[in-house]
Amino acid sequence: MTPTGSAIAIAGAVRRGERSAREVVDEHLAAVEAREDEIHAFNLVLADEARAAADEIDRRVAAGEDPGPLAGVPIALKDNLCTRGVPTTCSSKILEGWRPPYDATVVQRVAAAGAIAVGKTNLDEFAMGSSTENSAFGPTRNPHDTSRVPGGSSGGSAAAVAAGFAPLALGSDTGGSIRQPAALCGVVGVKPTYGAVSRYGLIAFASSLDQIGPFAHDVADAALLLEVIGGHDAMDSTSIPQPAPSLSAVLDDGVDGLRVGVVRELLEGVDADVAASVQRAAEALAAAGAKVEEVSVPATIYGLSAYYLIAPAECSSNLARYDGVRYGLRVDADDITEMYTATRAAGFGPEVKRRIMLGTYALSAGYYDAYYGKAQRVRTLIINDFAAAYERFDALLSPTSPTTAFAFGAKADNPLAMYLSDVCTIPSNLAGHPAMTVPFGAGDDGLPIGVQVMADALGEPVMFRVAKALEEAVK
Amino acid sequence: MSELVHADEWETVVGLEVHCELKTESKLFCGCRNAFGDEPNTNVCPVCLGLPGSLPVLNRHVVELAMRVGRALHCRVERSIFHRKNYFYPDMPKDYQISQYDEPIDVEGHLELPDGYRVGIVRAHIEEDTGKTAHIGGSGGRIHGADHSLVDYNRAGVPLLEIVSEPDIRTADQAKAYVSELRAILVATGASDGKMEEGSLRVDANVSVRPSHRATFGTRCEIKNLNSLRSLARAIEYEARRQIELLEAGESIVQETRHWNESEGRTSSMRSKEEAFDYRYFPEPDLVPVAPDEAWQATVAASLPVLPAERRARLADAAGVAPAEVALLVELDLDQLVLDSVALGADPRVSINRAQNEVAADIGNAGRLTPSSFAALVAMETAGKITATQAKQVLAAMLGGEGDDPAAIVAARGFEAMDESTLAASVDEVIAANPDQWQRFVGGDQKVTGFFVGQVMKRTQGKADGKAVTRLLQERARR
Amino acid sequence: MPARISADDVRHVAKLARLAVTDDEVELFAGQLAAVLEHAQDVEALDTGGVAPTAHPLPLENVLRDDVARPGLDRDEVLAMAPAAEDGRFRVPRILGEAP
Ligand SMILES: [Mg+2]
Ligand SMILES: [Zn+2]
Repeated sequence: MTPTGSAIAIAGAVRRGERSAREVVDEHLAAVEAREDEIHAFNLVLADEARAAADEIDRRVAAGEDPGPLAGVPIALKDNLCTRGVPTTCSSKILEGWRPPYDATVVQRVAAAGAIAVGKTNLDEFAMGSSTENSAFGPTRNPHDTSRVPGGSSGGSAAAVAAGFAPLALGSDTGGSIRQPAALCGVVGVKPTYGAVSRYGLIAFASSLDQIGPFAHDVADAALLLEVIGGHDAMDSTSIPQPAPSLSAVLDDGVDGLRVGVVRELLEGVDADVAASVQRAAEALAAAGAKVEEVSVPATIYGLSAYYLIAPAECSSNLARYDGVRYGLRVDADDITEMYTATRAAGFGPEVKRRIMLGTYALSAGYYDAYYGKAQRVRTLIINDFAAAYERFDALLSPTSPTTAFAFGAKADNPLAMYLSDVCTIPSNLAGHPAMTVPFGAGDDGLPIGVQVMADALGEPVMFRVAKALEEAVK
Repeated sequence: MSELVHADEWETVVGLEVHCELKTESKLFCGCRNAFGDEPNTNVCPVCLGLPGSLPVLNRHVVELAMRVGRALHCRVERSIFHRKNYFYPDMPKDYQISQYDEPIDVEGHLELPDGYRVGIVRAHIEEDTGKTAHIGGSGGRIHGADHSLVDYNRAGVPLLEIVSEPDIRTADQAKAYVSELRAILVATGASDGKMEEGSLRVDANVSVRPSHRATFGTRCEIKNLNSLRSLARAIEYEARRQIELLEAGESIVQETRHWNESEGRTSSMRSKEEAFDYRYFPEPDLVPVAPDEAWQATVAASLPVLPAERRARLADAAGVAPAEVALLVELDLDQLVLDSVALGADPRVSINRAQNEVAADIGNAGRLTPSSFAALVAMETAGKITATQAKQVLAAMLGGEGDDPAAIVAARGFEAMDESTLAASVDEVIAANPDQWQRFVGGDQKVTGFFVGQVMKRTQGKADGKAVTRLLQERARR
Repeated sequence: MPARISADDVRHVAKLARLAVTDDEVELFAGQLAAVLEHAQDVEALDTGGVAPTAHPLPLENVLRDDVARPGLDRDEVLAMAPAAEDGRFRVPRILGEAP
């Protein structure tokens, strides 16, 4: 029932003409058909479009062309990535029905590599949340236990990969929105170095923190997808002016001689089963030849506070444009100010409103220095402490999420408790560093646990080597 | 408004903010055309429409123009960053404006007016323009009483350079001179087409008044919607009087933004009291700093043309006149012609007069004159070979395409200065024919001088030299 | 820093953010915002004197594009997105004040 085969295996078979892309797509669409009602990974399934795209790939293969490294591989796209002519909602009523007139750079790049978009995945509205419960179109369920959340905000993408709807997915990560749901759904999730992947066409939540990254079943597939979407893009001023680093080539280099630090501060307050997994992961790396030690990165303890000042502030500005004038929802009113306030009150859900309010407050007259300005200085402290750690270590290790997947509603009434889900992932966003999660064991409840590997800016190659070693250790 | 009793006891203080639309092919942050007058919403893309997911990328030429203007205004060109200025308005697609805030590209310069007065420049910064809103229903396209509005985003994202002066301006005329001079600099540097009527230059004036002896400034009001030099001057005069009247009546000035209504000739408060603005500036995370290095700055500096002030100084020096006297020539781009003509030995005064009157009147054909032909014409006039009237006619003929040899034109038309005795005879005939007017002239009535000169001109078919006629008349009156 | 956020603070912020809020929401937000800001007190209390702010995780400068005009979007496609359009333009309800 569940489709098998990694993205690499599928693309290889399709390129060699051993499997048709159409057959691959049909198989995955059948999986969607079988379980999507239960999971609700997608806001939109692109069945007809995917079949047509698959037929085109097959035609090209038959004509002797090479459709690219992801030939015929189904991919699920988080519904905050703009897709030309295809509704892109951010799981918000305010954008319901909006069809962007352009494709995000990553959407162009995966299509150019031969991948086939099978659907737009559910998310917490505007990527604000850690459970996908904040979607205006209903929550996504964790394929491992449908009474639990998949994590968030990229819960739909994580669930789509975990449920076998697609071997690959794209998500976005502002404070952990790829890594935390990947961990909770038992898949690999990567937040690249800030600027490594173009943000053009990613609907912004917090611009200085947002990064697009891959979901996959294994580290090699994630590496391949990152190679496809990475590299400079002239449409994004914050794009690193370098080609994407080669990752696939270094995956099997091993960790012998690498220095790996386990971050003490990020183990505090996490569940015992999660901490135990991190401990076993550290031992596994040591067994594989790495030099593993505990390390302190003190300023990370301020990460959550800094994040919840910076991200809402940027979001309050990024989301101003949803005003009922040019696109999306409008609630008619007598004058424009009433139209604005009525449209935004009706179009945004409670969490989005809360963050807009928080961010507006933090930027308003008299508070800038105490809140946003201060948080930016804390960001510097975190970067400095990481820099000190990276003088002694090649990569760092920590839990991805303090807990395994939690039940629906468990944290819905307490924003702060929900925010704490991201306490381990946020520091990398603030520093702009790469970080990824690899499934490593299960919790006392039998649900997946993810271990986070972090590296210095542009340290993806070493990060992937460590991740690959952890994956090997689990096998 | 009534006459002010104590107008001379007050001093007006003005600082100007000039928004200049930069002359580029494309917009500030996207590749859409930067063009005036196109069909609405035809020069738009995801970036300048603020569509979700779009990102800005800075136009290199905008930075270079800003650097050029900065140089021309004697500013320091600094490392600069962009901020977001957050407020809701339908002409602004993202509901924030990307603008340079506390770290602008150009800082601390000055602009010298033709009369030598220096106005300090606080800063010049890059920012994006808004779209255009048309108000439908109600009266005359005005916002109040309109039923609804229509928005065109062609102008949204057009690059602006906002140039902020120190409050060094003291009169409406000085404000006009400042804007004229700034406009000339912006045109000379290639930054602007200078078309105020198309909104390429838009001026806001910060106006306050204070008792003439006081050193501290009064409370200022910002006047918006000044779309011509005439509006600028009228608005400053109106606003200063309004403030003086309030103060003389014992009231105080409320710091606010006021809108100039050209047809009513008055300013009015722009917004309702409850509307509080809090722009929540923060650094634009989608853009990175602009930090021109020495090499780039040097390249830009080398590309600067000779600026109006230097052109005035150069000509004034050569002609031995005050710079202000040649301001018009520089504005008309005739300074080089005069400069070359003077270098060829032509009389500076006559050269300046002929250029700024006769040549200016047919400025489109000024290219038909060469320095040597112009200098030759001036030389014939100063040598008395032709009269001033004849010189003007010959110049008109040269501009009209009748060749660039003034001597040939003089010969063809039979122009020669009359000899003294023929002219004296004509003068005597005119006197004899008009005894009443002559009695008035002899009695000291200067007003009939023109009448006699005109009559002599008529009789000599314009060949007479007006100055010689006047001299002959005066000699005869003294007899 | 305010230990609490008043209902008036919430209403003022909602107005700046152009969000219509009910009385219930005002009360809810006042409590929740205060809780988050209280959590941020550790950051407030930090001595960051001499620490430069990081606006951006990347040290990039001078990212520029050439001044070349390219065709934009088709107007029909653009206006088809609009909740209301008229005469080639976006139609909005009456505006109460001039732009600031
Ligand atoms: Mg401005
Ligand atoms: Zn554009």
